[in-house]
Amino acid sequence: MTDLLKLSGVHTHIGRYHILQGIDLSVAQGQTTMLLGRNGAGKTTTLRTIMGLWQASRGEISLAGERIESRTTPDIARLGVGYVPESMAVFSDLTVKENLVLAARDGPLDDSQLEWIFGFFPALRRFWLSRAGSLSGGQKQMLSIARAIIEPRKLLLIDEPTKGLAPAIVVALIECLKEIKRKGATILLVEQNFFAARELGDNVLVMDNGTIVHRGDMAALASDVPLQERLLGLSLETHQ
Amino acid sequence: MMILSGDPPKSRVLTLVLIVIILALAATPFLFPGAKALNVAAKICVFAALVASYDLLLGYTGSVSFAHTMFYGIGSYAIAIALYGMGPNWAAIATGIVAGLPLAALLALAIGLFSLRVAAIFFAMITLAVASAFQVLASQLSWLTGGEDGRSFQLPELLRPGTILISKSLFGFEVNGRILTYYLVFATSAVMILALLRVVNSPFGRVLQAIRENRFRAEALGFRTVFHLTYANCLAALVAAGAGILNALWLRYAGPDTSLSFSIMLDILLMVVIGGMGTIYGAIIGAAIFILAQNYLQSLMGVASKAASEAGLPLLPGLLHPDRWLLWLGLLFIASVYFFPTGVVGRLRNAGAKKAGGVSH
Amino acid sequence: MTELAATDPLPKPKRDIAPILLPVALAVVTIPLIGSPSTWLTLTAASLAMGMMIFIMASGLTLVFGLMDVLNFGHGAFIAVGAYVATLVLAPFAASVQADSLWVNLAVLAPAALLSMAVSGALGLIVERVLILPVYGQHLKQILMTTGGLIVAEQTLYALWGPQIIPTPLPTSLRGSFIIGDVAIAKYRVLATLIGLAVFIAIQLVLNRTKLGLLIRAGVENREMVEALGYRIRRLFLGVFMTGSALAGLGGVMWALYREQVHASMSDDLTVLIFIVVIIGGLGSIGGCFIGAILVAMVANYGGFLVPKLALVSNILLMVAILMWRPRGLYAVTSR
Repeated sequence: MTDLLKLSGVHTHIGRYHILQGIDLSVAQGQTTMLLGRNGAGKTTTLRTIMGLWQASRGEISLAGERIESRTTPDIARLGVGYVPESMAVFSDLTVKENLVLAARDGPLDDSQLEWIFGFFPALRRFWLSRAGSLSGGQKQMLSIARAIIEPRKLLLIDEPTKGLAPAIVVALIECLKEIKRKGATILLVEQNFFAARELGDNVLVMDNGTIVHRGDMAALASDVPLQERLLGLSLETHQ
Repeated sequence: MMILSGDPPKSRVLTLVLIVIILALAATPFLFPGAKALNVAAKICVFAALVASYDLLLGYTGSVSFAHTMFYGIGSYAIAIALYGMGPNWAAIATGIVAGLPLAALLALAIGLFSLRVAAIFFAMITLAVASAFQVLASQLSWLTGGEDGRSFQLPELLRPGTILISKSLFGFEVNGRILTYYLVFATSAVMILALLRVVNSPFGRVLQAIRENRFRAEALGFRTVFHLTYANCLAALVAAGAGILNALWLRYAGPDTSLSFSIMLDILLMVVIGGMGTIYGAIIGAAIFILAQNYLQSLMGVASKAASEAGLPLLPGLLHPDRWLLWLGLLFIASVYFFPTGVVGRLRNAGAKKAGGVSH
Repeated sequence: MTELAATDPLPKPKRDIAPILLPVALAVVTIPLIGSPSTWLTLTAASLAMGMMIFIMASGLTLVFGLMDVLNFGHGAFIAVGAYVATLVLAPFAASVQADSLWVNLAVLAPAALLSMAVSGALGLIVERVLILPVYGQHLKQILMTTGGLIVAEQTLYALWGPQIIPTPLPTSLRGSFIIGDVAIAKYRVLATLIGLAVFIAIQLVLNRTKLGLLIRAGVENREMVEALGYRIRRLFLGVFMTGSALAGLGGVMWALYREQVHASMSDDLTVLIFIVVIIGGLGSIGGCFIGAILVAMVANYGGFLVPKLALVSNILLMVAILMWRPRGLYAVTSR
């Protein structure tokens, strides 16, 4: 199993704040790696640093063997990284179609890829010509994910996709992400919802205070209640 | 230390420069004879206070206002209209002050409250629009303001050049009403600058800086940023109007060119940037450097322009013509923002900190 | 697979038309106030022409604001430069300007306008690289740098052309009015309106029908996400900046012919008007900018006729009123 993404000793400062304090992590090809941790642990900053939206002040980031820590965001995206930010960041003034047209950077929309996406995100077909701003929260999340997978990407960075969504929609969204996984995607997924994490994750990383405090197998963590309580301050049972 | 509100210049060279400037200003009537030197010195005093009040906004709250000359103009016009209408007496001066200062503060309050309701990014543009409307208004209301001609007026007896307070035979130099007026300007400016120094070093000033650094965090900490910013606006407007009053008293005149024009606004911006934003002391340095240059370099430019045209050089005579003073000012301005963003005070303080082996934070 | 949207209501397409109705309402309300229909028509035509010219000048500024969050206080310089550059063509070919043939006139006007746009656009390139790039992301310094740039540009114009006002007479075939019944509408105003509309439609087509336009609209809303999709937005921004500068130059030429004179300080008054338009419209919104420009021109023309004394502050009052209604302008596009 090869590592697609590797961070070693990554530090990130935002203004005067030292957010990431030496991150070492790797994401294996074809696997879904969960990034867990309490609020403010630095999960979002980690994704943004990988994406080049914050500049790492120290350390190395490599994608498929290529160093990317000093590349610009567009260049990193062009290397095949899809990004689904926490805020979803759909272009609300544009239609669903226009959002996807932009996301398909290399050319016209690929029909078979689109059909595949419509298969699990049927709402996108229904609201194809509606303004993205008029979609519901769950639909926006689908659009945001669809944007990331409309073209084949090496790596998907997904930030808290279930945040703020109704439980029924969360369940459906997890099914969709599983489908994307089945297609062989490599995913680094930030998640607060432990249920979702257990369902999706192959591996798990737990962050606290800007460092990785635990790494291992998702299934192992899911079955180890004391470890969960120690790492996350809550257990799977109480959170279900 | 008390008088400086516990915020000394923090650099030996800077302290020295400031002492030289202040002593020179204090002694100008006796050291440098002639009307021009005294005019230059008075202008430095007035602008030091005006620029310091602008620094409260730009340097301490980080908001760019283009309406500062408006408040300066309100002070100037208030005193001019009062003295013009009521005659040269102290009651007129009092009336001008009592009318001008609150008007400036109220207008600042109105702009502040309005701007705070709208997106912050609009502030600079809104102040520019308001200031330009005010300028037009002032030139149109000619029955009140004298229009483009402005208003000339007489000062009360005591402040006139003809009033001899101490005759030459006593100390070897004469102290007349003009010199008394100069010291009035000097002392009032000094008091206003010291007051501003007190303000920025008070807990209120620290909150302003916290807002400048991160408005959301300041809000999260429970500060009512709206209140603080509006209050800072009003304070700055009050001091600006005060400087305007001094300016009019000194010139015995208020008109669009001397108290309202956009180029004064640019002068203020330049002085703040040259002196150093967010330091208050920078205002004194910036005003001194700028006004000395304006008065003495401009004539130098005339000489250079003439020489260039006699030498038959192309383009240079036009570029060096004293009327092109603003061109060089603009270039200097860009260069200062670009290469010299901390201004003279920032540079001197940093140099001092480095020499002392301290970390500049 | 669950049908995710099964329970969601069908979102209705929402069109915010209140701002569009504003100038219409203003026009209707003033009919009885002005009294004479022919005067009203003349004033309305004047408003449209003036509004279109202001729109052309302001459109680039609002996009630059919206797209890159750049406060360009020197935008007015492009207007003045455009106007001055046009005189380089118009003055030597004064005979063609005075010829009583539309085609001969246009044969001078078109190259003059194109040259102005080219020079303004090139100046835009320099300004973006020299003044804006170094202070990118810092509002305070942007304002200071671009204000400095405006002074330098104005003063350079004075140094090159001298302080005097340069007359730019209208070409002969564009003088006079179309007379319909007892209504006189100046020919040049019709032309200015048509050019303004053409620019507006062209911008709308680019923004709505091309991928480049999609990128610009997306960038106005969320620059970061556009970059995260792999687009190099800096280049896009430079292109928009240069286009906006060129349009300001075109606006300068049109304004010079409208006023039949050129002066370096023409940019000062126009800068204030343009700022008001951009604020009223909402940063980054072309539609808002269009409506804002017409509103400002209407208030200036109707207001100037009805209450001449108020004309000075009428734009400020308009701005205050609109921001009280919508604090971020008629159309708030950006999330900032």
